[in-house]
Amino acid sequence: MMLPTDTAKAFDAGVKDYALTYWDPSYQPKDTDLLACFKVVAQQGVPREEAAAAVAAESSTGTWTTVWTDLLTDLEHYKGRAYRIEPVPGDEQAFYAFVAYPLDLFEEGSVVNVLTSLVGNVFGFKAIRSLRLEDVRFPLVFVLTCGGPPNGITVERDRMDKYGRPLLGATIKPKLGLSAKNYGRAVYEVLRGGNDFTKDDENVNSQPFMRWRDRFEFVAEAVKSAQAETGERKGHYLNVTAGTVEDMFERAEFAKHLEMPIIMHDFLTAGFTANTSLANWCRRNGMLLHIHRAMHAVLDRNPYHGIHFRVLTKALRLSGGDHLHSGTVVGKLEGDRQATLGWIDLMREPFIREDRGRGLFFDQDFGHMPGLFPVASGGIHVWHIPALVSIFGDDSVLQFGGGTLGHPWGNAAGATANRVAVEACVQARNEGRAVEAEARAILTGAAKASPELAIAMDTWKEVRFEYDVVDKLATT
Amino acid sequence: MSTQDFPSRRDDPASRKLGTLSYLPAPSREQVTSQVEYILARGWTCAIEHVEPARAGHTYWYMWKLPMFGERDPEPVMEELDRCHQAHPGDHVRLIGYDRRRQTQGLAFVVYRGDPA
Repeated sequence: MMLPTDTAKAFDAGVKDYALTYWDPSYQPKDTDLLACFKVVAQQGVPREEAAAAVAAESSTGTWTTVWTDLLTDLEHYKGRAYRIEPVPGDEQAFYAFVAYPLDLFEEGSVVNVLTSLVGNVFGFKAIRSLRLEDVRFPLVFVLTCGGPPNGITVERDRMDKYGRPLLGATIKPKLGLSAKNYGRAVYEVLRGGNDFTKDDENVNSQPFMRWRDRFEFVAEAVKSAQAETGERKGHYLNVTAGTVEDMFERAEFAKHLEMPIIMHDFLTAGFTANTSLANWCRRNGMLLHIHRAMHAVLDRNPYHGIHFRVLTKALRLSGGDHLHSGTVVGKLEGDRQATLGWIDLMREPFIREDRGRGLFFDQDFGHMPGLFPVASGGIHVWHIPALVSIFGDDSVLQFGGGTLGHPWGNAAGATANRVAVEACVQARNEGRAVEAEARAILTGAAKASPELAIAMDTWKEVRFEYDVVDKLATT
Repeated sequence: MSTQDFPSRRDDPASRKLGTLSYLPAPSREQVTSQVEYILARGWTCAIEHVEPARAGHTYWYMWKLPMFGERDPEPVMEELDRCHQAHPGDHVRLIGYDRRRQTQGLAFVVYRGDPA
């Protein structure tokens, strides 16, 4: 009987070129492989193939030297392979390295395990000057081992009884320092004015000026009062993010006890393990889950380092959440329009095609996993609404903090102004009008019947946030 | 700068809002027709429901006949809306666009209010 050749290999100690083992341009990725695209800048003198192979090695089975135990396993079965390199358009120093990882390298249902490999030690590796994880293709067989959004867009619409328009949120400000009772007042005013949701600022956990339990009780009364008054279903994202998972679950249980429909979590600062557990709790308890993304810009803003937001988006969809902040394109926070359209597709669609024009490096199949609402939040006001309705469509949450609470007549009038503007844009769009091009005419028309909108338009007419985008898509 | 009171009260039925488009003035017949055309152009199915205003917050309103499967012309939909309103003049009447592919309502809005708005 012929033995496979590699079983006959002897142990040969020392340091080998990574490319010998981990660079394989003839490799055809399998449907079950997890694929990754890294943007790499190699150290001077390191060939691109060697740098790509080093990334594949250090993020999978390899280490810096040969070890005898390599020969106890079948590395051909377990190793990651760099299978393609591509230039980055318009960039002399960086290149894209594509790596395929066999499914067996990852624990089922654990985005934690995937990230520990893909963005672990490899990011500190000396032969690489800089490294950014641009995109990941999660194979469908892996996707379906994850829980995903606890409810999803369709179920949330049915539960909240909201159809045919974007939902309206507002973050309560000032973000720190209000007492629980004053905070509840601000919530009540926004909700009775026409918002669907209000939101805890991410910094609000359980500080001395407002302990979580007091906040939850006053907010619950505000939500229930606003519902009775308007006849519409309302919610406030009660932030259950805490220093320990025990505290997190205690807060979630209390929100449920108060019959609140939605809670909130910060998935990056709290971590994917906590997030996945909380999402599972939400699924079991019929609770909607809003996800904030504090710390994302630390990871995703530098074009040469870190993890692109589209990867964080995919990881969160697998870990679980019903809303995720996406940027606004038009507001005060960073976000390229085409790239944003790319990652909001990743939140909502069952299948997303490779589209380099939107920064999508792979086809991504989510199978039957529900989609989640992108949340546009940060420095937006009524004048942005026509553009937001065009960019985001109906399946989105448009979230105005200062743009609600900063209204000259107060929160309720601010909420009404935004609601009227959203509905006027939806009505006009459905009538076949070009909402972005006719923005001024549509808003001015709607303001004739809404003094709240008229004064909001006057208040914010000069506010723009026009700075260059730092992280631009690399295009030819 | 003078501020204004926000005119909304629990004991005033006109303070009850009724979902999408209910913050705009009551739609004209022409505006309703445009929304019906939008629903039909998306391939959705029109359906009509009505309810006593006191029960508006419930999920299930009364169905007015069956959803209008296969109807691609807006005019018969407008006529059914009128018939429902004439039969139940004190009820809210809403139009729904069922999106059967996504298992949701692509649009739902109240065409006739049963109480003073």
